[in-house]
Amino acid sequence: MKIDMKQPILDKNDAIARELRERFAEHHVYVVDLLASPGSGKTSTILATIDALRDEFNIAVIEGDIASSVDAEKIKAQGIAAVQINTGGACHLESAMIKRAIDVLDLERLDLIIVENVGNLVCPTDFDLGENAKVMILSVPEGDDKPLKYPGVFQVSEAVILNKVDTMPVFNFNKEAFVESVNQLNPQAPIFPLSATTGEGLEAWTSWLAERIRKA
Amino acid sequence: MHELGIMTGVIEAAEKAARDSGATRLLKVNLSIGEMTEAIEDALVFAWEALTEDDPYAKGAELTINMIKPKSRCLECGAVFEHDRFHMFCPECDGFATELLCGRELQIDSIEVDLPDDEEGDSHED
Repeated sequence: MKIDMKQPILDKNDAIARELRERFAEHHVYVVDLLASPGSGKTSTILATIDALRDEFNIAVIEGDIASSVDAEKIKAQGIAAVQINTGGACHLESAMIKRAIDVLDLERLDLIIVENVGNLVCPTDFDLGENAKVMILSVPEGDDKPLKYPGVFQVSEAVILNKVDTMPVFNFNKEAFVESVNQLNPQAPIFPLSATTGEGLEAWTSWLAERIRKA
Repeated sequence: MHELGIMTGVIEAAEKAARDSGATRLLKVNLSIGEMTEAIEDALVFAWEALTEDDPYAKGAELTINMIKPKSRCLECGAVFEHDRFHMFCPECDGFATELLCGRELQIDSIEVDLPDDEEGDSHED
């Protein structure tokens, strides 16, 4: 006997994500799901972003890693609330993990939550976490061909950060080719070339983000 | 990498639907997977085989995957067009504001099951 299901495979994840999105909206919290490879400068970018926005907004960070709490410690050292999620081997965060993590956060007084997803350009793209926007980081040393190799993550991201631009002279990175490939994949996404460590280009990114937080 | 997790969810949902209908065994699962997702057909099949092997209820069941080609609508000129993962521009007017109509599916379409009284045809369910 045949049984029609027409059921989304990730419907459990999506249902929790919808519930989270409603809660975030109710409390006017803007949530960014940050996607990038290991070593692309996610944590440094988050720290630089916090530095630029902390006078105006209350910020918290959810750190997703397979193991360790190194990243959460770095954030907490700056006096910012941070929750560490250890996925214990899983290559991406799921909405149920976010739901548990926000139990310890005071949504009422927060304006921005940055979720640092597990370092991976593939799997996290398929999972809705209830965020307002997925944003990705690619760093210059990774190479300008990454949009061609990992199109999915460039397509689901509402903005693309190109980090470590201060290393451009050392690496053979073709910025024009990179911008063109990103435009092909996701013509509506702004690209923010910046260096989280020198601060170069950071303002364009933080202004874009601040504008969205104010509207949340 | 996440295909194993996806397939675990598929099998859970399919077996639940099968058991709810009173079936004794799961025979087949039909999926639709959009080409814009990160779920790879080969990896899904591999995960399916690995997971059903030691599962008496689903052992030997068949998996079919219908891969869905991405299709978008141009918000400038209204053209509807098929495309690959890499080229999203409207082929008619070169517009870049487009809306994806399909291609991100991750769906269980249907399942086929063995009911205990399939042969006898005595219908306890109308």
